[in-house]
Amino acid sequence: MKSRIYLDHAATTPLLEHARAAMLEGFAAWANPSSPHAAGREARALLEDARARIAAALDWDGQVILTSGASEALAIAIGRSTGSGVLAGATEHDAVLRHVPAAQRLAVDAGGHVLLPDGVAPGALVAVQQVNSETGVIQPLDAIAELVHAADAHLLADCSQSAGKLPLPRSADMIALSAHKLGGPIGIGALLVRDLGLLRPSGGQEQGYRAGTEAMPLARGFAAALEAPRGWLADVADWRAALDSAIVKAGGEVVAGGVPRLCTIGSYRMPGVSAQAQLIRLDMAGIAVSAGSACSSGSLRTSHVLAAMGWDESAASQVIRVSMGHDTRATDIDAFLAQWQAMATGTR
Amino acid sequence: MIYLDYQATTALAPEVAAAMTAVMDHYGNPNSAHRIGRIAAADVELARDRIMAALGRSDGRLVFTSGATEALNIAILGAARTAPASRRRVVTLATEHAAVRDTVLSLRHEGFEPVILPVGRDGLVDLDVAEAAIDERAALLAVMQVNNEIGVIQPVAQLGAIARRCGVPVICDAVQGFGRLPVPEADMIAITAHKIHGPKGVGALWLRDGLDIPPLMHGGGQEDGLRPGTLSPMLCAGFGVAAQLAAERREADIAHVETLWARARDLFAEWRVNGSTEQRYHGNLNIRRTGLDAARLISTLRTVALSLGSACASGTGRPSHVLKAIGLKDEEARGALRLGFGRYTTVEELEQAAALINEAAATQRVAA
Repeated sequence: MKSRIYLDHAATTPLLEHARAAMLEGFAAWANPSSPHAAGREARALLEDARARIAAALDWDGQVILTSGASEALAIAIGRSTGSGVLAGATEHDAVLRHVPAAQRLAVDAGGHVLLPDGVAPGALVAVQQVNSETGVIQPLDAIAELVHAADAHLLADCSQSAGKLPLPRSADMIALSAHKLGGPIGIGALLVRDLGLLRPSGGQEQGYRAGTEAMPLARGFAAALEAPRGWLADVADWRAALDSAIVKAGGEVVAGGVPRLCTIGSYRMPGVSAQAQLIRLDMAGIAVSAGSACSSGSLRTSHVLAAMGWDESAASQVIRVSMGHDTRATDIDAFLAQWQAMATGTR
Repeated sequence: MIYLDYQATTALAPEVAAAMTAVMDHYGNPNSAHRIGRIAAADVELARDRIMAALGRSDGRLVFTSGATEALNIAILGAARTAPASRRRVVTLATEHAAVRDTVLSLRHEGFEPVILPVGRDGLVDLDVAEAAIDERAALLAVMQVNNEIGVIQPVAQLGAIARRCGVPVICDAVQGFGRLPVPEADMIAITAHKIHGPKGVGALWLRDGLDIPPLMHGGGQEDGLRPGTLSPMLCAGFGVAAQLAAERREADIAHVETLWARARDLFAEWRVNGSTEQRYHGNLNIRRTGLDAARLISTLRTVALSLGSACASGTGRPSHVLKAIGLKDEEARGALRLGFGRYTTVEELEQAAALINEAAATQRVAA
C-alpha cells in the first residue's frame, strides 16, 4: 500500500482524480482563451464554464477573478484596494501580514480569535482568515463581518484553508482562495469580489483586474476539485477528535483545543521535545507532518501564530501540525499516534 | 483546424504533456522539509536547471513566476523602485507588449517619466535615437527581442551596449525569441512556457548576479523572497521539458520555420509584409492588403486559426499600436493579418490555409 504517510495536507494536498482528468482534458484545448478564432473561443468557453462552476460550487454570486494562487489574490485585494487603510489579524498568513504594518495588526485572544477594535475606520479593509493554517482555528467571520460592515468598512476573508471544507463566509466582501489546498492543481486561485468598485483595475485579462494568459486547464482542475464529494470530511472529524484525546492522554497539549477548529488540522505540543526533533523522527518513520506552515518550515523560526496567541517561545517550539485530506486513512492516524506516543514516553 | 497563431500560444508538446502527467502525482509542497516535499522540490530544481541550460546561462538566478506578464512586472517595477533618485526616466519602445507598455506607463504615478522610443517603418528602433534618449537619467530600458505582432528582432545587443555605458539596467522580454534565437545579453530576461509548447500558468525571470530588487507580492518567501506562492512541480516540469526540447530541436525547428517562411512568401506574394523581412523571426508573417477588412476575413474563415494582432488586445476593436507605430494608416492596419507557424505546422496546412485566405480576400474584393 502507501509506502509513506502524508499528514501535511494543509501545505498542499494530492490532486483529486476528478481534477487530474479535467486537466488532462483541458490540455487538449491549448489555444489562447483571448484569441478570437474558433480554437480560442473553445478555450474561452471552457474557461468561462470553469469560472461559472467555481462560483456555483462555492455558492458565490459575485465576481470571480482567477489568479495564480492565494498569494496573488491577496496581493490584488490589498494592493489594489480602493479603501482607506488595511487592518489584519495577527495570526494571518504571511501573504497578508507582509502587506500590513505591525501597527495595523489586530490582536487575538488565547484561542486565536481576532479582537476587533471599537473604532474600525470607515472605508478600511479588514483582512481575516476563515481558518488558521497552523492551528485550524475557525474565525467567527459572520459576526466579524457584521461589525466591519457596521463601521462602513469591508471584509477580506482569506479562505485558503477552508474553501471546499466549510461554507464560505458569504457576508465577506472579498474572498481569496487557492485550488491546491482543496485537491486542485497548484498554480491557480481566485479572488471572489462582491463589487469590483472595491478594486482599482490593473489592465489585462480578467476584466482588467489580472493580467496574463489564462491557464484554462488549471481552471478546469480547480472547478472539478471543488465539485468532488466531501464525504471523507466526516471520517476525518472523528479521527481528529480521537487523536486530540489520545494526545492529551499521552501527556501532550492540543493547541486551541477549546475552540472550534477545522476538522482536518490538529496542532499538538509534545512537552520537552523540539518540533524539529519530532519532524526528523517522523520523517525517518515515513510520516510527513510539519511545524507550522510549509512556507516557513524551512526556516524553523518561532510561529508568529502561537506567539500572537500568547505562547512562550519554548512551548511554541515544541508544536507540530498534523493535517489530513481526502486520501487519509484511519491507519495513517494510528501510525502517527504510535510514533508520537513512543517519542513522548521515550523522552521521559 | 489549421493553427496559424503561434505568437498567441503554441500547442502543448506531447513530451511536455507526458512529463506533466508523470509529475502530477508528486504532490508535495516544494517548501516542505519532509521527504515528499523534497521530491517536489527536486522536480522544480531539475526544471530550473533545464531552463537555465536552454537560456545558455550558468550565472545569475532564475525565478519562477505565473507567466511573462508577472515576470515583466517584477522586473520593471523592481528596477524602477531601486533606481537612484536621479534616474527617473523609464525607457521602452513604442511596439512593446502591453505587459511592458502598461507597466512602464503605470510608473508615472510613482514620479517616473516614461520615454517611448519610436520605431521605423521596418519596426526597428533607430540606434541614434536610442543613444540620444538613454543617458544617466534613465532608470531602466525595457526592450523585447522579437515583436509578438510583426516578428521583427530588435538590436538588443547594441541597445544594451548603449544602456550599459550609462549604467542603465536592461530588461528583455524574450518571450517570442526564447528557444528559437540566441538569448540576448540583458540584466533581466522574461520568458514564458506556453509560447514554446509548454503549459500556461508558468514563466520565469532570469536576473543577473548581484541584482537585488523588491518583490511585488508577499507571502511564504519562496524564490528567495522575490516571488511568493507555492510552486507547481507539474507546471515547472512542463516548462523544463519544453525548454529542453526547444534547445535540442532548435536547429531542426528553425530549418522547418525557414521552409515554411519561404513557402508562405510565395503563397502570399500579393500581400505586403509588415515590418522588416530580414531582421525578423521567420515564424511570423504579418501581411496586409489595402482595402481589406481583416477582422471580417478572419470571422469567415472557420477552419483556420489566425489573428489580427496580439491575442490579448483582440476583440477590443482597437487598432494595433504596433502597426500604428510602424506608420500604417488606419485603413492599412485594418487590412493586416498575423500568421504564426512553427514546429507542428506542415507545408500542406500552410498551402490549404493560404488558398482559403486568398479566396476570402478575393471574395471581399469582388463584393466591394
